[in-house]
Amino acid sequence: MQLTVWTYEAPPHVGAMRIATGMEGLHYVLHAPQGDTYADLLFTMIERRAKRPPVTYSTFQARDLGGDTAELFKTSVREAYERFRPQAMIVGASCTAELIQDDPGGLARALALPVPVIPLELPAYQKKENWGAAETFYQLVRALAGPHAPPPGTPRPARAPGVRPRCNLLGPTALGFRHRDDVTEITRLLGRIGVDVHVVAPMGASPADIARLGEADFNVVLYPEVAGTAASWLQRTFGQPATKVVPIGFGATKDFVAEVAGLAGLDPVAALESAGGSRLPWYSRSVDSTYLTGKRVFIFGDGTHALAAARIATEEMGFAIAGLGTYSREFARDVREAAQRYGVEALITDDYLEVEAKVAELQPELVLGTQMERHIAKRLGIACAVISAPIHVQDFPARYSPQMGFEGANVIFDTWVHPLVMGLEEHLLAMFREDFEFQDEAGPSHLGGIAPARPAAAVPPAADPAAVPPTPVAAAPAAAAPAAPAGELETRWTPEAEKELGKIPFFVRGKARRNTERYAKDHGIALITVETLYDAKAHFGR
Amino acid sequence: MSGSDALTASGATPFGGCSTAPVLRERGQHEVFCGLTGIIWLHRKIQDAFFLVVGSRTCAHLIQSAAGVMIFAEPRFGTAIMEEKDLAGLADMNDELDKVVDRLLSRRPDIKLLFLVGSCPSEVIKLDLARAASRLSRRHAPDVKILAYSGSGIETTFTQGEDACLAALVPSMPYEEPQDPPSLLVVGALAEVVEDQLRRIFDEMGVGPVKFLPPRRADDLPSVGPNTRMLLAQPFLGDTARLLEARGAQRLVAPFPLGVEGTTAWLAAAARAWGVPAERFRAATEPGAERARRALSRLRTELEGKRIFFFPDSQLEIPLARFVSRELGMKLTEVGTPYLHRQHLAPELELLPAGAQLSEGQDVERQLDRCHAARPDLVVCGLGLANPLEAEGTATKWSIELLFTPVQGYEQAADLAELFARPLRRRAQLKVA
Repeated sequence: MQLTVWTYEAPPHVGAMRIATGMEGLHYVLHAPQGDTYADLLFTMIERRAKRPPVTYSTFQARDLGGDTAELFKTSVREAYERFRPQAMIVGASCTAELIQDDPGGLARALALPVPVIPLELPAYQKKENWGAAETFYQLVRALAGPHAPPPGTPRPARAPGVRPRCNLLGPTALGFRHRDDVTEITRLLGRIGVDVHVVAPMGASPADIARLGEADFNVVLYPEVAGTAASWLQRTFGQPATKVVPIGFGATKDFVAEVAGLAGLDPVAALESAGGSRLPWYSRSVDSTYLTGKRVFIFGDGTHALAAARIATEEMGFAIAGLGTYSREFARDVREAAQRYGVEALITDDYLEVEAKVAELQPELVLGTQMERHIAKRLGIACAVISAPIHVQDFPARYSPQMGFEGANVIFDTWVHPLVMGLEEHLLAMFREDFEFQDEAGPSHLGGIAPARPAAAVPPAADPAAVPPTPVAAAPAAAAPAAPAGELETRWTPEAEKELGKIPFFVRGKARRNTERYAKDHGIALITVETLYDAKAHFGR
Repeated sequence: MSGSDALTASGATPFGGCSTAPVLRERGQHEVFCGLTGIIWLHRKIQDAFFLVVGSRTCAHLIQSAAGVMIFAEPRFGTAIMEEKDLAGLADMNDELDKVVDRLLSRRPDIKLLFLVGSCPSEVIKLDLARAASRLSRRHAPDVKILAYSGSGIETTFTQGEDACLAALVPSMPYEEPQDPPSLLVVGALAEVVEDQLRRIFDEMGVGPVKFLPPRRADDLPSVGPNTRMLLAQPFLGDTARLLEARGAQRLVAPFPLGVEGTTAWLAAAARAWGVPAERFRAATEPGAERARRALSRLRTELEGKRIFFFPDSQLEIPLARFVSRELGMKLTEVGTPYLHRQHLAPELELLPAGAQLSEGQDVERQLDRCHAARPDLVVCGLGLANPLEAEGTATKWSIELLFTPVQGYEQAADLAELFARPLRRRAQLKVA
């Protein structure tokens, strides 16, 4: 049993819904009680989709349990087929229906519908959303493309001369973080270097399109969390190689172009030349970006986006990585290896409370995370940008806003810099801090003068008022992680030191407090004075 | 009991009523939240309570999605997610639950009342949360009281979660002393501003003492007994009312306090029970009623004659239909409700215009067909249907707003009408189609 306040991933059948909702001509019948239909609103409200998801729920009730829930399910499948006339159907159980063991696959098969009906086994008590999406996509690909597979060992026929190489784009789904715009961006990029897109799947594909996947020369795996399993089956079955580089960030996009050129038999140098470029390299080198140097960032998200963000943060923005983690256990090894390269310990967890405690402890200057980290950062008064699902309605912007390719790199530069105080402004804030217009409660000037959540709001209601020190930044970690090591030295601040700390701009104050307290602890100082504050400043440099 | 002419006047049924009208009963896919979602308003209403859902990852995801994931504060709810290993043996599951509760309570020492909330999976495996609650109550007494109720989708729809929660509180309510004077208990979660307004009116009428269930703090549970008269503020409190009646409380029969008419009749029910003279009743209610009528008149010009279709959602649909048809002149096409409590809604049904199509339960596909055929000007529906209907060119009002916005009483009557007017006004204004 796991105690959760927020969860990073939905159950696996929601992953299956993301596949079905992204596709055309596919219908999903889910054996589920009333209430599980809440998942519809993820698509219609959060993603603002204009159509209901193509999902029918059997809506069994307590009074049905003694009777025939199986018959109810069969009726739902039959009626859904008659009403929607899909090219193919998927059937499965939600967590409650899994417990009543009705075997949706067998029941649907008994109806002998004239279209393929693909049963899904998505163990709700073991697996989660991304796994469910990957498994659903894999089952669809196997069932629909499988019949077109050549006999094992057949070599791929050579591409006819004069024909442009073709690839599939695999992995984009409904409710994906910028998937819609990523597909547009990568299709354009591939077109410029001379590669055509054969099928995009699952998003936008019909079952008939899935059946044609084997015709392409290779696969581009945009989202390994969703498409990894299907891509490796396609590789085994059709001899289609797949890309490994995910083109998020300037460097990764260049690497991606080179990799695609290799798979397509194109000249990598020429491909890169025709691929175009990004403004990010110049914006990053521009003198105004100097203030970004060494800003401490905490990164948390799905495996792919967290890894990409770590590379961009260090190589392309000049940040320092304070922490790196993921909720995708499937990517734990990759994230651990990356964390080691950046000299931090990876945080592999799907426990929101653990992530919260870590952010509070590290006091980064910027959090790059999910919707959940946005809550954490807001409470702790730290700047934050969203880089990964789970996301919310504001992360489905009306404007074109890809994460992938060269334009994606531009978008990312803007998105990450925006929550921070800008270069010159940072200096002005330090210099004219007595000026009423520069008082730090005003927050970054370009964000409409709305201060980030400040002291009172930053104290979680959990905190025992008596135990809370008067200052928020120290209080937050104590409250979020009540398990502070016993017997740890209790450091206090003199009023003068506290006042002096207040003169430090808010966006580095948290770090200053943390460093000072660490310095005091390391040097056995129980009472922090103004002297201690400056000793610590000298000690830690920067 | 002195008759109040205010009630007699509004009790007339010029429309003919729907008391005996046939109800279309449907059984199919429901597009309604389950009772777990009641937690979203209850956790803010009872400020020292915590709601721990004992369920699956779906339950956890449902609660956070329904709450909009936008609440930038630590919510007073969470989920104990059952995992594969828990399902292996029920005894272990109880140990696991105890551990989760220990961790939670050590993290949140401010919690005085903990609800264990049953879900579909915990119901299906027959996890006995009532027993777990009494075991855990003993363990954490006297600091924390632990109660259990079910908000599962196989047992409850949306607002019935509040009914189940309040019903779970009833056994803990103190006993009234036999010599206590009659008291008024208002049952159902209301916004605090509404509670305060109603309390002022009751004071002016000389009705009281007035108590509210749920209370704002868990240890303020009102007492109940044979001298308690209760007014239901919400139409979805069947179980709670039954348990309160078993404790001796007498239910005052009234429509619900939506709109001028509903509010007046609801207040009049209390006035009758307390023998308030008609003059005093008028003096206490007329200023508010008059203000509300003035505010409504502007909105009536916008809404009169517009055709409205209610999908089943909160069980508020019938009182809402009564309000929009009688006070705003809207035409009812279909009024769907997830469940129709004939007894509690009898005064409402009498006031509905004759010929309104009522439906109970749901088969969402068939209902959408009927909705398309009816071509209403405004559809009241849940979040899953709203945008698809908008995309087809139909104006919608998300029903959840009718629950989260203070709408009861005189001062809110125009706010309630505004909720229906705004989607239509917006469509008229936009030039982007």
